[in-house]
Amino acid sequence: MTQYLAKRLLGLLPTLLLVGFLVFLFVHLLPGDPARLAAGPDANPETVELVRKDLGLDKSLPQQFVRFVGGVLRWDFGTSLRTKRSVATEIADRFMPTFWLTVWSMLWSVLIGMALGIVSAVWRNKWPDRIGMTLAVSGISFPAFALGMVLMQFFSVQLGWLPTVGDDTWRHYALPSLTLGAAVAAIMARFTRSSFVEILGEDFIRTARAKGLDERRVVIKHGLRNALIPVVTMMGLQFGFLLGGSIVVEKVFNWPGLGRLLVDAVDMRDYPVIQALVLLFSLEFILINLVVDVLYGLINPAIRYR
Amino acid sequence: MMGDESAVTLGVAPLVADERVRTPWSEFWRKFKRQRVALVAGAFVVLLVVVAIAAPWITPFDAENYFDYEKLNARPSATHWFGVDALGRDIYSRILMGARISLAAGFLSVAVGAFIGTILGLIAGYKEGWWDRIIMRIADVLFAFPGILLAIGIVAILGGGMANVVVAVAVFSIPTFARLVRGNTLALKHLTFIEAARSLGASDRTIIFRHIFPGTIAAVVVYFSLRIGTSIITAASLSFLGMGAQPPTPEWGAMLDAARADMLTAPHEAIFPALAIFVTVLAFNLLGDGLRDALDPKIERQ
Repeated sequence: MTQYLAKRLLGLLPTLLLVGFLVFLFVHLLPGDPARLAAGPDANPETVELVRKDLGLDKSLPQQFVRFVGGVLRWDFGTSLRTKRSVATEIADRFMPTFWLTVWSMLWSVLIGMALGIVSAVWRNKWPDRIGMTLAVSGISFPAFALGMVLMQFFSVQLGWLPTVGDDTWRHYALPSLTLGAAVAAIMARFTRSSFVEILGEDFIRTARAKGLDERRVVIKHGLRNALIPVVTMMGLQFGFLLGGSIVVEKVFNWPGLGRLLVDAVDMRDYPVIQALVLLFSLEFILINLVVDVLYGLINPAIRYR
Repeated sequence: MMGDESAVTLGVAPLVADERVRTPWSEFWRKFKRQRVALVAGAFVVLLVVVAIAAPWITPFDAENYFDYEKLNARPSATHWFGVDALGRDIYSRILMGARISLAAGFLSVAVGAFIGTILGLIAGYKEGWWDRIIMRIADVLFAFPGILLAIGIVAILGGGMANVVVAVAVFSIPTFARLVRGNTLALKHLTFIEAARSLGASDRTIIFRHIFPGTIAAVVVYFSLRIGTSIITAASLSFLGMGAQPPTPEWGAMLDAARADMLTAPHEAIFPALAIFVTVLAFNLLGDGLRDALDPKIERQ
């Protein structure tokens, strides 16, 4: 197990380096001179040169890359051009709201998605299935920002049940996490259904039924465990979707998280913040996929770690 | 009499059989036409395309330059079917023109992504070895960025605007198509008919494009349709974030963003663009589901 983990972590290195290199190159792909961008539009040429030296932009590309990687390893992403605070602080301030938003969305969307999927599979082609799959296909077709606006209009404005913006209490989390999780719940439902339908047709399910087990036990004990394997993989992929989706949802609900920080940074061309956030999001995504691979093995005894 | 009849039938039978030769196309149609929902969705997509093409001639008002200052934020009425927005523009006309933008963005970005992705997937799957490793490593790296994040990064580099959004969405469609086609290519290349083609002296190019590529088309078509829905949502999301279409362009996502300011007094300004995106994406998704059921050989056994 430990050996497997070490091997997987080592295997990530080339991908991490390439991702890092792309993010590093990002500054140099931006139109215009990054030093001038950092110095501000009114700076005189001397100041721009000073800033260039200060940021190390006068060195060769390989040297700059080494400097960049060194900075990242020390958790030093430079200074935000907009607020003049360190990028690491900016991110630290915004991290938790996004983290909890993502976790809550994942939690409820997996629960509801799997429940819908199982119900649809067990009553395949009957009305629970029809309703479940209609909901699911609608869920993947409704863009998050539109859903967020509709939910906010209905529950916050017309009914007045829930607050519109802010992140103070659990009630603030209800609508944003619902909005963010809807598409994932829909995807999970479709995926769980097809996985379950396949499993329920297997010989060992027939054996379980034949030996007189009641249907509930067959579905939960024999079906669920086996159907979970592909579902867990799907969950990992969806986490990336949630990270991306949070960018849009945070704008709708004025959420004080990383997504809005990124949108503002793009607006203001605050490239150190963009760079750090893109790196952070990808890193999270890569790590989550690793965790999923490990979980995969825990559920599925047929997979041995080598 | 009996004998005559059977004689006639016997004489006709071969002809009928000839007409019922099962081509891949007729097989597909036989299965696809049984799916009512997908048929309706397909018809709706055709209607959307017609509307998108004819939009400039069928809109009752100019989508960008008509302003009715007397009716700011007016609710839907007989003259303005979907109401009027905060600047006095007719929302119905803007939705129709928006169909043009969203469909073009969705279709173009997926077409570019599918084209490049398919070629890369064919090369990776057929050549294996280094080609495969390099192409799949690049795909892995592109996959390491959650979809919309990659698009935002690209827009940050290229600048805002719909053209750049199309490029951004196309780039993140590439790896999915590359993986899909590579998998199919790996499965096909060891089959006997490929072996036969090679022993006849067919070049790599002929084998890839004449023999392997047709085998991957079904999967690509299904994915193409499903992907258009996702791409329309992503493009609209970028516009909603202020990184895509700029005002006064009647793009659905941008319209929703503009409607946020007047949500309390004029919710209809948000409802119609939201419905437009939903119905359009839903149609492509339902069509894609139907295509998959009709084209996927795995479904057959159920």
